[in-house]
Amino acid sequence: MTSLPEGPNENKLEQISRILIDDSSRVPVSLWFASSVFWLLMGSVAAMISSVKLHHPDFLGNIEWLTFGRIRPVHLDIVFYGWSSMAAVGCLLWLQARLCHVKLPWPLLLSGLAMVWNVGVCVGVVAVLAGHGSSIEYLEFPAYCAPFFAIPALGVLAANVKMYVTKESQHTYVSQWYLLAATVWLPILYVTAMACTYFGLVQGVSQAITNWWFGHNALGLWVTPIAVATAYYLIPKVTGKPVHSYHLSLLGFWSLAIFYNWAGTHHLTGGPLPAWTITVGVVGSMMMFIPVITVAINHHMTMRGVFHMLKTSPTLRFTVFGSVMYTVASFQGSLEALRSHQEITHFTQYTIGHAHLGLYGFFSMIMFGAMYYIFPRITNNEWSSARLIKVHFWGSSIGVLAYGAGLCWAGWWQGMMMIDPGIPFLETVAYIRPYLIMRSVSGAGMTIAHIAFAISVWRILSRHHFVMSGPTLFTTARPAWREFVNEQEKREQAELEAQS
Amino acid sequence: MNRTPFIIFGVFLTIAFSLSGLVLIPNWQFQDHKPVINTRDGSQYPVPYFGMALQGRDVYVDQGCTYCHTQQVRAKGYGGDIRRNWGNRRTVARDYMYEFPVLLGTMRTGPDLANIGARQPSRDWHYLHLYNPQITSAGSIMPRFQYLFRTIKAGELAPSGAIPLPPAFQADGTHIVPTARGEQLVEYLRAQNRTFPLPEAKQ
Repeated sequence: MTSLPEGPNENKLEQISRILIDDSSRVPVSLWFASSVFWLLMGSVAAMISSVKLHHPDFLGNIEWLTFGRIRPVHLDIVFYGWSSMAAVGCLLWLQARLCHVKLPWPLLLSGLAMVWNVGVCVGVVAVLAGHGSSIEYLEFPAYCAPFFAIPALGVLAANVKMYVTKESQHTYVSQWYLLAATVWLPILYVTAMACTYFGLVQGVSQAITNWWFGHNALGLWVTPIAVATAYYLIPKVTGKPVHSYHLSLLGFWSLAIFYNWAGTHHLTGGPLPAWTITVGVVGSMMMFIPVITVAINHHMTMRGVFHMLKTSPTLRFTVFGSVMYTVASFQGSLEALRSHQEITHFTQYTIGHAHLGLYGFFSMIMFGAMYYIFPRITNNEWSSARLIKVHFWGSSIGVLAYGAGLCWAGWWQGMMMIDPGIPFLETVAYIRPYLIMRSVSGAGMTIAHIAFAISVWRILSRHHFVMSGPTLFTTARPAWREFVNEQEKREQAELEAQS
Repeated sequence: MNRTPFIIFGVFLTIAFSLSGLVLIPNWQFQDHKPVINTRDGSQYPVPYFGMALQGRDVYVDQGCTYCHTQQVRAKGYGGDIRRNWGNRRTVARDYMYEFPVLLGTMRTGPDLANIGARQPSRDWHYLHLYNPQITSAGSIMPRFQYLFRTIKAGELAPSGAIPLPPAFQADGTHIVPTARGEQLVEYLRAQNRTFPLPEAKQ
């Protein structure tokens, strides 16, 4: 249970094995990551269309395929299945191989599974746009899409277990627990929820509970553990400091496993369900303070004394931002589950603001940080431009903070107005409209950030753009891209001349 | 010590518990729900959707209405639902015993629809509202569903089924008629009526 520091005094053998491990994961991890970045862009497009439609309903108004009720679930599904899940898989494969000190098994199979997953997202998106969606949040894709996700999920589970069982490292690091658990939970969650939803295994309002048992756990038991595991790995790795407390991380893991499971029914507060199901959800949500506080203490204490590194390291800055947002969004989420709070904010934009603080501010930011760390190692290349990374960081962070704060504020007052029957409903609509416009603006900032990120990823993956001169930090001044290419061409020209 | 089986079994248990607790037990609790008969006129509630309303549910699902409209009324004193006249009582599990899928919704960008059939029984109101929400609800941000309508070039006489557009919204010499899907959706909306008194929902 140490932090596996990557220092000058570690032995050569370990360095070589590390290079071999990174080599083995090059193709599959690059494929899962590159696909996720593609879906991130697609998800941003769908997000912008739905966001603009909400304040200008006549925008692309007469195209049935792009009506709000279709493009909005398409946004959610692209972001969840395409971006988040694919980024999470790439991250977990690489992390588990590194932590187990074994090569990634079956690279060809895992690459194939990435393509199967991509086909699943494509088919699902077209189906929802064509009107075959189910209108069940997070499970909109029709039943025939299920094998495209269930089979790769089982394959990833098998690879993960195989690595863990054959591990060469002597210790189990806390991240490995999270990674193992997440891959066990996902197939169970997904297959059970799809079966209940599409084959009528449960009746009446139990369908709604199944929906939120899946919807909430898909975030809490699939993407959250992977992001927490990643932060647990990256923060000590980049700072070179060990994790603060082993016992806390153990407590954090098992309390997440036990309590997050039960929290989903708070999405149905006030609904036509037995009161005890909601109470269980509220209790589960309140108990989430335990895992969240333990992770917060552990990460904060690890960072103590090295906060200055946030100035230089992109990986660390994204990851620590995400880690802080985990605490913020989780505290908010726990309080939001209370009945007195839900009376106001349920059914309003507040929920949307919270969802983005969680899935974007916390999860996506940590994934960005991880990709900034992992891509150079699996491609043997460096990031081409510190400026692009800066654009990415500031666009994403300011964007999501403005988005979350704006919508939570607007949602709160929207809810207060809805409680008061003296205020006509259309006045609540008029009240939130300026905030919906503000949401489009902050969304545009995030989209610009994603474009900058995608350019960076494209360059690091493309063989023409080798940058070999040390890691790219925020303070690294690289020549402007054109100049850089020119220089490189000149250098190659000179080499050619020297040879002839 | 190899702790792999221990971890995997442990995480499996956590999810098996929550699945049984949250999904299976409530499902078992509701399975003996039966419709209620009104002793005065012998009417039964709830009844499954049938005919055009049943087809209309598919239109409601494919248009994603649920992303802005709920179909649930919260209890008196909890939120403004009843005071806003969105229902005369809270909705309970029995209201949804025949629904597949259940479309409770989580968002009220637009108002609740659990009782829209009781609030707005008029077909014409629904047609006008779907064709252009500004006709009935100025300032609404609901999209227009004009692809659920056909435009007919006609003479002086309106064809049967033409919707009564106000002059300001009507192009000269044309009439607007709902398509089959438009008619189905409106029948589904008109079937949204959860006002029948149930013994377990006093308020």
